[in-house]
Amino acid sequence: MFSGFPLFPERASTVAGEVDALYFFLVGLSAFFALLIAGMVLFFAIRYRRRSPSERPQAVHGSLALELTWTLIPLGIVVFIFIWSAQVFFGMSRVPKNPMEINVVGKRWMWKVQHLTGQREINELHIPVGVPVKLTLTSEDVIHSFYVPAFRVKKDALPGRYAATWFQATKPGRYHLFCAEYCGTKHSGMIGWVTAMEPAEFQAWLAGGAPGVVPAVAGERLFHELNCVTCHQADAGARGPDLAGLFGSTVRLQGGGTVVADELYIRESIVTPTAKVVEGYQPIMPTFTGMVSEDQILSLLAYIQSLKAPETKAAPPPAAGALDPKAQDVTKP
Amino acid sequence: MSANELPKKNYLNADYGVASWLLTKDHKRIAILYLISVTLMFALGGLFAAAIRLELLTPAGDLVSSEDYNKIFTMHGVIMVFFFLIPTVPAVLGNFLIPIMIGAKDLAFPRINLASWYMYMVGAILTLWAMVSGGLDTGWTFYTPYSTSYSNTQVVIVGVGVFIIGFSSIFTGLNFIVTIHKMRAPGLTWFRLPLFVWAHYATSIIMILGTPVIAVTILMVAAERLLHLGFFDPALGGDPVLFQHLFWFYSHPAVYIMILPAMGVISELVTCFSRKRIFGYPVVALSSLAIAFLGFLVWGHHMFVSGQSTYAGMIFSALSFLVAIPSAIKVFNWAATLYKGSVSWDTPMLYVFGFLGLFTIGGLTGLFLAALGLDVHVHDTYFVVAHFHYIMVGGVVMAYLGGIHFWWPKMTGRMYPEFWGRISAALIFVGFNLTFFPQFLVGYLGMPRRYHAYPDEFQVLNVMSSGGAAVLGLGYFLPLVYLIGSLWYGKVASANPWGAAGLEWQIPSPPPTENFAGQPVVTEEAYAYDTMPQEAFGG
Repeated sequence: MFSGFPLFPERASTVAGEVDALYFFLVGLSAFFALLIAGMVLFFAIRYRRRSPSERPQAVHGSLALELTWTLIPLGIVVFIFIWSAQVFFGMSRVPKNPMEINVVGKRWMWKVQHLTGQREINELHIPVGVPVKLTLTSEDVIHSFYVPAFRVKKDALPGRYAATWFQATKPGRYHLFCAEYCGTKHSGMIGWVTAMEPAEFQAWLAGGAPGVVPAVAGERLFHELNCVTCHQADAGARGPDLAGLFGSTVRLQGGGTVVADELYIRESIVTPTAKVVEGYQPIMPTFTGMVSEDQILSLLAYIQSLKAPETKAAPPPAAGALDPKAQDVTKP
Repeated sequence: MSANELPKKNYLNADYGVASWLLTKDHKRIAILYLISVTLMFALGGLFAAAIRLELLTPAGDLVSSEDYNKIFTMHGVIMVFFFLIPTVPAVLGNFLIPIMIGAKDLAFPRINLASWYMYMVGAILTLWAMVSGGLDTGWTFYTPYSTSYSNTQVVIVGVGVFIIGFSSIFTGLNFIVTIHKMRAPGLTWFRLPLFVWAHYATSIIMILGTPVIAVTILMVAAERLLHLGFFDPALGGDPVLFQHLFWFYSHPAVYIMILPAMGVISELVTCFSRKRIFGYPVVALSSLAIAFLGFLVWGHHMFVSGQSTYAGMIFSALSFLVAIPSAIKVFNWAATLYKGSVSWDTPMLYVFGFLGLFTIGGLTGLFLAALGLDVHVHDTYFVVAHFHYIMVGGVVMAYLGGIHFWWPKMTGRMYPEFWGRISAALIFVGFNLTFFPQFLVGYLGMPRRYHAYPDEFQVLNVMSSGGAAVLGLGYFLPLVYLIGSLWYGKVASANPWGAAGLEWQIPSPPPTENFAGQPVVTEEAYAYDTMPQEAFGG
């Protein structure tokens, strides 16, 4: 209708309708109460306007019944809104099964996108409609926030952390991508486009672009280039723990305690290796802070995730000095 | 000259010379010092707002550079929040009125009161110095690790300025609490106190409990910036979200530091200009304490998309909805106070009507932001900007201006011109809505805040907003002119020009330095308009 002057954002994701329903309900509720208050105030102010300077109205002290009415009715209403909005939020927080996964790194002032199929984009994100897409967000520097108004989705990209969010586009189109968390000089330039395409078109796009390197393969290359491989091997005498089957396993730490080897733990072990040393190893690994970018760390993560524990390692000799953490985990009841 | 009719000896002419003002221990003179200071800061913050609205007339960032734009909105926020909104009502109206309202000669600690103004001035001068020597570009929220490891601007100097002005807040709060506890006139029981005093009591509690937290947080930011101690920057082993928890633990309650005293003003005005007792006195009084208490438990609603856990988000959402209840109760009670009253449409009451409308919209749009699933979309957009301006400008500034007009005759002994008062109140109401209502729409469309340049389709709404800002600016400029003019040309005010209840109206305008000739004794509840002598109404 007003193509150059929209009053309402496009609705292009599965959750957008739910968010808008809540919005319209609250707009209606607000209009009702705002008009009620304004009506009361204006009606009384006109009806009981001062007609002579010496007027002296009768005292009215209050009414418990009225106080309870305008306490309990709003209370009931807000409890209702709370439950409704929490449900919508839960739906947004729970990632559906088998999503298409994409890594996104915020860096002043651009969005770097890494598809698991190898495509890389900057300030552009191509996705198929009808498929849940899970984003793993992180930042190279300060806090950014990934915001696509048409999808009603927003999630902060924090340095040193992995945040997950998801959406499922419902109609093809090009939608604004904004950085919503102030990040410095060119904050308003940290924008881009999300292009939602029909699945067939998306496949054509995947096939048409310059063939990229799959993150797991890029990670494997880095693993050799950075000489990680000299220590992290399957040998019993290796200076670093074997990484096969590490991802998702429980790792025993030097000085007691355990940790689940998730993305964050592995990232920390790359940038601050001495923070949590695996039991039985010396804290000899140097830090890789400044040597690897966040998207390279994501590639390394993809590579490590791809390493499955070999069957033969299931029962290692118990006296070995360098136990495979996964194997250790397996020996536990 | 009509000046002859002013009381021969009052606090304004009790002593002459700059030193008599700069070394005064009179709470009324300190209030005037604050009035001048906060007005200057408001004007400065307003100029920054004007620059923002001018830049946003066009989608491209073409008026100033991005660096400058970021500094401009940062200084607008820092000045308006820390140097205007937080101190204005307590430090000007509270300082002037609280001792008089409770029948005391002064606050409990007059020297600490004067020290609080000096703290304010030192903080303000440091901040202004930072502004001209590189500025600040972190936003008033100082989010880490941007503020600690990336910004090349004067984070530490402004931080020290905010740290110091925090003491001015603490001093004021401490003074009010002790004064209200220990110095009430005989017969002035807690439930006979004017609601303005209750509101300031609740505010003072937040000031002394909350302000130390922001002080510590700022010290941590400075330590990380200067000494690279890793509190917040992950590269140094810190946690950036920790900063947000600490910052909002103060800065959300700070919103109630701003609005509670404003609510106190509204209670005084709505009763006087309808000649009615307040509807539901104990409910209105205790809801201030409920707001102060609940206000401390909602800070996490600023972090629904920051990676806080889903369950933490739910708890903060629920508590944020609860804090809406006492505010709603107050609005209903004010509206009900008008029922069967004798409602005057003088300027202060026009500000009350404006406050009730704008604060209601501000409060209701707060529900949108407390609603988890909806906040994800509108968080950090212009919707939030519109919401908090409805509360802080539509609420606090409307109440403050209403209060200034109401107590102007008491403070200066002169009346303001009623005609111009009404014109400016109407201009402010219209200009305000024109400025900020379009921002709700552009926010829901998805325009993020703090954007120097924006997509073309947001332009129409931004132009409307900038146009409204011009009207609003004129509305604020008028009182500055006619109030200052009234000091010379205003009609001399009587002791009680409004026919108002309250101890401050039983002493001359302007009051003598010692406020009361003898010790007043209170025998009645507040707002006993039905038992006031008929002469008070001049009829």
